[in-house]
Amino acid sequence: MTLDLSLPSLGFRWYYVWKRHFLVWWKVLGPSLLANFGEPLLYLLALGYGLGMFVGQVKGVDYMAFLATGIVCSNAMNTATFEGMYAAFTRLAMQRTWDAMLAAPLMLDDIVIGEIVWCATRSVIGCAAIFIVAGFLGSIQWSAFIPVMLVIFFSGMAFGAMALVVTAFAKSYDFFLYYFTLVITPMMLLSGVFFPADALPVWIQTGAQAFPLSHAVEIARPLMIGAEVNNLPLHLAVIAAYIAVATYMALVFLRRRMLV
Amino acid sequence: MDSVIEVKGLRKTYGGQAVVDGIDLQVRRGECFGLLGPNGAGKSTTLRMLMGTTPPDSGEIGILGFNVRADARRMRERVGVVPQKDNLDPDFTVAENLSVYASYFGLRGNDAKQRLRELLSFVALEEKANANVATLSGGMQRRLTLARALVNSPDLLVLDEPSTGLDPQARHVIWQRMRSLKSEGKTLVLTTHYMDEAERLCDRMAIMDHGKILVVGSPRELIETLIEPHVLEVSGTGVEEWVARVAKPESRRVELVGETAFCYCKDDQTLKATAPENPRLQFLSRRANLEDVFLKLTGRDLRD
Repeated sequence: MTLDLSLPSLGFRWYYVWKRHFLVWWKVLGPSLLANFGEPLLYLLALGYGLGMFVGQVKGVDYMAFLATGIVCSNAMNTATFEGMYAAFTRLAMQRTWDAMLAAPLMLDDIVIGEIVWCATRSVIGCAAIFIVAGFLGSIQWSAFIPVMLVIFFSGMAFGAMALVVTAFAKSYDFFLYYFTLVITPMMLLSGVFFPADALPVWIQTGAQAFPLSHAVEIARPLMIGAEVNNLPLHLAVIAAYIAVATYMALVFLRRRMLV
Repeated sequence: MDSVIEVKGLRKTYGGQAVVDGIDLQVRRGECFGLLGPNGAGKSTTLRMLMGTTPPDSGEIGILGFNVRADARRMRERVGVVPQKDNLDPDFTVAENLSVYASYFGLRGNDAKQRLRELLSFVALEEKANANVATLSGGMQRRLTLARALVNSPDLLVLDEPSTGLDPQARHVIWQRMRSLKSEGKTLVLTTHYMDEAERLCDRMAIMDHGKILVVGSPRELIETLIEPHVLEVSGTGVEEWVARVAKPESRRVELVGETAFCYCKDDQTLKATAPENPRLQFLSRRANLEDVFLKLTGRDLRD
């Protein structure tokens, strides 16, 4: 089986795909907001108050603020991953929405780019809500909202594209558990979301540097607490590399899956 | 330009096996063309290649003057597709399904709205405009899929088994709509397993099997040239004995399927005359039809 390795054909038509997903989301606004926003908020409140009592401050930052900055990023990952796997798989394999789009003047590249941008959009929607709550809980810089949402958007693109690579190989929903257990959960635990990554053994710290989430946290956290961002170009480059490589892989493998 | 579809030497292999094995096809403007064949004959793969969603291994595909391999997007702007399995958007209402699909073509605004109203009335779903798709019957969903395929006012409409699974009422509605589209000058290409459907709707058809086109022609031509005009169906216990004793010497071709014998002949009077002597057998005399042609060409073995 030969792979179609051509570069993505970029245009504006991914917007039609994005718009369709947005309209569906708009129709089921209540449940989807709750799922996006409710669970991370519970984590934030329970751990922030519960653990915060014992921890007090982490490196001179209130634990609530430390945690909020981490959860904003991990929520970007979870939302985009969920959208790129379960929701995209439903559209691709169950509802055959992609087939319908492919009968219209949309090409697979338009569909995949539209999915990735939509994953990023959902990340922004969920994370904006958490940012606002965290802002009212205190210790968060309101002025960081827009730069942080940009970080979330690009991280969401990376996580969404990575999830679509997994989706390209999925035969059923069960397949996604491998990715969650082997990739997403370790990334969530080891990227400095709940505690500073330097509490971990050095070899784990080094390994965790390969995670895009680590880099998202390292940009978003200082921005939100009003500190200086170190190594910004490096963090941006890692996220950009994940976007580029995962998008290309998602395209190649989804072409192989859909256009046979 | 006279032909809407022009296919030459189209081939597709999966795992070393040719699913479409070098077919040539021509569909003329304004005709209804049927693609028939048993399961696995290569019909769906052919349609997918025509729509540019399956890349062929070799061959040329021209549709409405577009080279599909190079310019599938512009071709699809002028074509409507009714897929075999409905893939309507379950999250949207009837009207939203049409408007969202229209948006894939870049169609919106008042002209599009007007067009959607006309389409809803064309498929008799005005009353259901705000209904959820999940609440529609199978026939209504099929009609909505047909309306959706028409949002871009296509010149060519491709229908993959348009009436499979529908009740007779719903089938007749779909057929009637297809006829009126044809009278508007649209070109139609359909696949079907129903010979009566093909016989009613198609001006010309191709019968495919094992990736090859076996014959092309109008239903009448195929029946007149490929098969004896009369069929006598005889069934009941002891039919084998009757076949050996009476039918074989008289009829050119006899097929025994279970306890039924199909005798194909120019004139079935002599065979029919043996009915009174065989009171335990049932005799049914009829004219040969497209199904007889189909079975003669593709055989009676089950395909799955």
